[in-house]
Amino acid sequence: MLLFLQALLSGTLTGGVYALAGIGMSLVFGVMNISNFAHGDLMMLGMYFAYFAFTLLHIDPYVSLVLIMPTAFLFGFLMEKVFISRVIHHPHQNQILLTVGLGLIMSNTALLVFTSDPKILTTTYSSSAFNLPGGIYLSVPLVISFLITCGITAILSLFLLKTRTGMALRATSQNREAAQLMGINVAKMSGIAFGIGTALAATAGALIAPTYYIHPLAGHSFLLKAFTICVLGGLGSVAGAGVGGLIIGVVEAMSSTYISSDWKDVVVFVLFLAVLLLRPQGLFGKKGEQ
Amino acid sequence: MLNIQNLNAGYGEMPILRAINITIAQGEIVSVVGSNGAGKSTLLKAISGIIKSSGTITYNHESLHALAAHTIVKRGVVHVPEGRKIFPEMTVLENLMMGGYLHQKDRQTNLERVFTLFPKLAERRNQLGGTMSGGEQQMLAIGRGLMGNPKLLLLDEPSMGLSPLFTEVVFGAINTINSSGVTVLLVEQNVYQSLKISHRGYVIETGSIVLTGTGEELLNNKDVKKAFLGM
Repeated sequence: MLLFLQALLSGTLTGGVYALAGIGMSLVFGVMNISNFAHGDLMMLGMYFAYFAFTLLHIDPYVSLVLIMPTAFLFGFLMEKVFISRVIHHPHQNQILLTVGLGLIMSNTALLVFTSDPKILTTTYSSSAFNLPGGIYLSVPLVISFLITCGITAILSLFLLKTRTGMALRATSQNREAAQLMGINVAKMSGIAFGIGTALAATAGALIAPTYYIHPLAGHSFLLKAFTICVLGGLGSVAGAGVGGLIIGVVEAMSSTYISSDWKDVVVFVLFLAVLLLRPQGLFGKKGEQ
Repeated sequence: MLNIQNLNAGYGEMPILRAINITIAQGEIVSVVGSNGAGKSTLLKAISGIIKSSGTITYNHESLHALAAHTIVKRGVVHVPEGRKIFPEMTVLENLMMGGYLHQKDRQTNLERVFTLFPKLAERRNQLGGTMSGGEQQMLAIGRGLMGNPKLLLLDEPSMGLSPLFTEVVFGAINTINSSGVTVLLVEQNVYQSLKISHRGYVIETGSIVLTGTGEELLNNKDVKKAFLGM
């Protein structure tokens, strides 16, 4: 029972950060109908940003989010304007080639500049844990990451539900042509969506930096996770991606506890295939949607 | 108000409209009627800037060709698209607010105007757009268009798939909107109903205008009767 509770809680905490990555990818897919396969590499850049902010400028990785988010937003916004906007009306295979290519350029540039030696970001609290009654331990960095994730998700939801720009983003995602007819500049909305998606990816990267190896190819496994989360939640559904992230986190923790940590990716992808097979529209997607 | 000369438009390599000439004067209801696939929707999409076209489209002495779709809306040319295209996961009220995206200041007055025209929308204001019936969605689509302060309202097949009762409601609403000073360009397969409320009409066939006249002239025209009214 103790083991189960421990796995459930740790899984939920990790899942929160996965959710953030998934939400970013899902938002981009919803507004632009593009699967961003550079999403994991954007996370990797966020990891390195947090690492260098910490080692060179002595900024705490969680504080460095204040710098990372606007920088990443701008980076994503420009990336959309220069590259992604050119393929928005093209077939999916062209879009995939472009985003995979951009991702390869990022990860290989990182290999060149940062070398393939993994880096470790060690803060004073990296290995400390909250000791809950009953013998459950919760890693301090994971708890902080989870709380920050909750805060960001709440702000994002309010933004999407209540603000004029947020509503315009939702309208564009629900019907791009009709949004245009309302006077919404959909090209600008694509830029904003991609900027937010990039900011969320980089934030997720920075949040896991204190607990993972920082490596130029770290993005690849996170891309697969983010994509699985999106499919699980229903592509384009922001709320679905949030829940999908938590599910993946818990499933991973459970399989490491009860099977073996070598098998956790296998279990995640079996789940992924099962969803595709039984409920291809995702847990929260609607039938007939793309 | 709107002057279209020698308009050609299509999708990619496929031409749909050929050398179309249409004029609309302030305050008119003009309908363009024709069978499925004749190019009616393409015409409206070309005017509202959703698709590219060649030729000239002049609206109040300004060419619309160089403008993006979201800028054309700003000029008061509001397009209510075929198949309603409401935002399914937004409430009725949110859908209407999106219609008033460019006119935040007039939102309250416009909202009252829409609710007076379609009281049903006021009752359903918190319902999700996607859960409404076809007729209610059409009212919402027209209401959403009115939130954009239209001077020229482009309506694409507003009676498509509607019951006779809703069809009456929609055509009645078009008359009311027109009497409040909005010019209307109506595209319809329901030839009888639309010509009956129109000042003038055009008959379009495989991408070209083949006939034009007042609504009454066209209704009494032998070819129109034979082709569309089954008489």
